[in-house]
Amino acid sequence: MTRAAGWLALGVLVAAPLLIVLGMGFGTATSGVPPVIPPWSASGWQGSLEAWGLVLSDPYYRDALWQSLRLAFITATLCLVLGFGMAMGIAAAPPARQFTWLALVLLPFWTGFLLRVSAWVGLLRDSGWVNTMLMKLGLIEAPLRLLHTEGAMILGMVHAYLPFAVLPLYASLARRDLTLEEAAADLGAGRWRVLFTITLPLAAPALAAAFLLVFIPAVGEVVIPELLGGPEALLVGRAIWQEFFQTLDWPAAAALATALLALLLLPVAAFQRLAAR
Amino acid sequence: MTRRFGAAVALDALSLEVGAGEFVALLGGSGSGKSTLLRLVAGFDRPDAGRILLEGKDITALPPQARDVAMMFQSYALFPHMDVAANIAYGLRRAGMGGRDIAARVAELVGLLRLEGLERRRPSQLSGGQQQRVALARALARRPALVLLDEPLAALDAGLRERTGLELRALQRRTGASFVMVTHDQAEALALADRVALLDTGRIAQFDTPRALYERPATRAVARFLGAANILEADGPVPLDAATPAPAYALRPERIALRPTVPTRNGTEAMVEEVAFRGADTLVLARAPGGLSLRVVLVAGQATPEPGQRVALAWEASALAPLSA
Repeated sequence: MTRAAGWLALGVLVAAPLLIVLGMGFGTATSGVPPVIPPWSASGWQGSLEAWGLVLSDPYYRDALWQSLRLAFITATLCLVLGFGMAMGIAAAPPARQFTWLALVLLPFWTGFLLRVSAWVGLLRDSGWVNTMLMKLGLIEAPLRLLHTEGAMILGMVHAYLPFAVLPLYASLARRDLTLEEAAADLGAGRWRVLFTITLPLAAPALAAAFLLVFIPAVGEVVIPELLGGPEALLVGRAIWQEFFQTLDWPAAAALATALLALLLLPVAAFQRLAAR
Repeated sequence: MTRRFGAAVALDALSLEVGAGEFVALLGGSGSGKSTLLRLVAGFDRPDAGRILLEGKDITALPPQARDVAMMFQSYALFPHMDVAANIAYGLRRAGMGGRDIAARVAELVGLLRLEGLERRRPSQLSGGQQQRVALARALARRPALVLLDEPLAALDAGLRERTGLELRALQRRTGASFVMVTHDQAEALALADRVALLDTGRIAQFDTPRALYERPATRAVARFLGAANILEADGPVPLDAATPAPAYALRPERIALRPTVPTRNGTEAMVEEVAFRGADTLVLARAPGGLSLRVVLVAGQATPEPGQRVALAWEASALAPLSA
C-alpha cells in the first residue's frame, strides 16, 4: 500500500514532469497559448529535432553550459574546503556545544532565500555598506565596483550553499574513529600527515556527497547570478529562463533543461560507483 | 604523576619504573587509572603534575609522533583503507625510510607474525587473531624502546587468548623491547608479565613479581583482587597463630584442607554451603561460626563433602600471608 503510494507520488511528481519536459523538447514553437505544438497528436508524430539541433550546435548554449559547470565547480570546491574546516571544528567541540554550532549553520535558512541574496546587494552596491565604510575610513576615494562581478556571484553562491556541504561532512566526521588518528600520530605522523593519510581518505564518501549536494543545484542556479553576477555571466539557468519567459521558445528551453539533466547524471553515477566500492 | 579529570583524580601521585626489556602488566579494575596511565605514556594526554622519562630523557612535553613509544590499541585501530603491508609500513614511511628498506622490514615482520599471504588484504578481510597480529607488527615495525599494549587479548576468543598471550611474551623476549600491558584479567597479568603493578583508584597498590603478588599480597584490596583469597582478621572469630603479627591475613583457598578434627589454632568448624566441581579441582564454599565465609579449593581425587555437611578446616601457619592494611 505504502509502496504503491510511493510509486504513485514518484510518477506524478517526478516522472510525469520529466516526460513532459522531454517531450516538449521535440515540439515546435508557435505563437499560440501554450506557445508550443506537442510532438504527438491524434494524427501521429509531428515533432521536430529543430530545438535539439539549435541547443547542441549554437555556441551560445555550449558556453552557457560550460560557464555554469565552471561556476558550480568553483562554488562546490570552495564550499568543500570551508565546510570541511567548519565540520571538523564542530565535530571537535564538546557535544553540548555541537548542537549550538549546527543551529548557527542552519540559522540562515530561517530567512527567505531571496532576502539573503538581496542582503548582499545592499552590502555590495556602490552606495552600499561596504563601500560607505571604506570611504569613511578614507581607504578609497570612489566606490569600488563590487556588485555585478564574478566575485560577488561566487560569494553569494558559497554563502547560500555552504550549509549543504557542512551537514554531510559533519555527520561523517562526528562519527569517525578517533583512535585511528591517535594510532597514526603514535606511528610518527604529524597533524597534517594524519589529515591527508587518514582523515581525508576515510571521509572520501562524505566529501563526494558534499561536493555533489552543492555542485548539482549550483549548475542550474538562476537567482544568484541574476542579482549578484555581471551581465556577461551567461549561465545555463539564465538561458533556460530567457528561452522560457522572454523568447517563448519552449522547445529550446526544454531541450536545454534535458541536456543539463543528462549531464548531471554523470557525476551522480560516478558517486554511486564510488559508494558501492 | 598526577592526572585529574575535573574533581576526579585518575592518577594520584603515581610512580612506576619499568626496566629495559621488561614485561610489565598494569592490572586493575575499571576506573583504576590503568588506561589513563597508558595514554599519558603514549602522549595522547598530559599529566597535571609529574614527569615521564624514557631511557633517561624527559618526554613529558613531546607529542606522540616524537616519542619512541608504540601503542597497540584495544580495538587494534588498523587503517581500514590500507592493506596489511601498508598498515605495517605506515610508521616506517613516516620515519623517512627508503622503499627497499621498508619492503624488507615489512617482509621481516610478516614472517615474524606469521602473516604470509595476507599482505594485500584489507583489515576487514582478516580474522580477529590476524588483525591482532597486524596491529602488533605495526607497533613493532620501528623497533620502539617501549611498546604499550591496551588489553591486547581482550578482543580474542577464549581459546585463542592463551596461545596468543604466550606468543606475545615470546615476541617480547625476541625483540628485547620493554612491554607495558594494560589488563583487567589477573590470570593474564600473572601468566605473562615479569612484574605486575596492581592499580587501585589511581595508586599502585603493589608492584611485584607475579609469584610474590600472589603469595604475599600487601593489602586487603590486593588480596581481594587476586583470585578471591580468604581474608581473616587477626581479632576475628577464628583463633590464628601466624609467624608475623598483622591486622589481617590472606589465606589462599587451596591452602585450606579438610581434617578429621578442628585444631585449637589455625582451623575452624564450618558448614558446607555450596560445592562446585571445576574439573581439575572442586570449589567449596563453607560458613564458619561468626558468619565468616571461606572459599576452599580441593584438588581432584580428594573426598569432597556434601552441601549441608559439617566439616573441620585447618591450615598451616605459613599459609597466612600478613596484610598491612
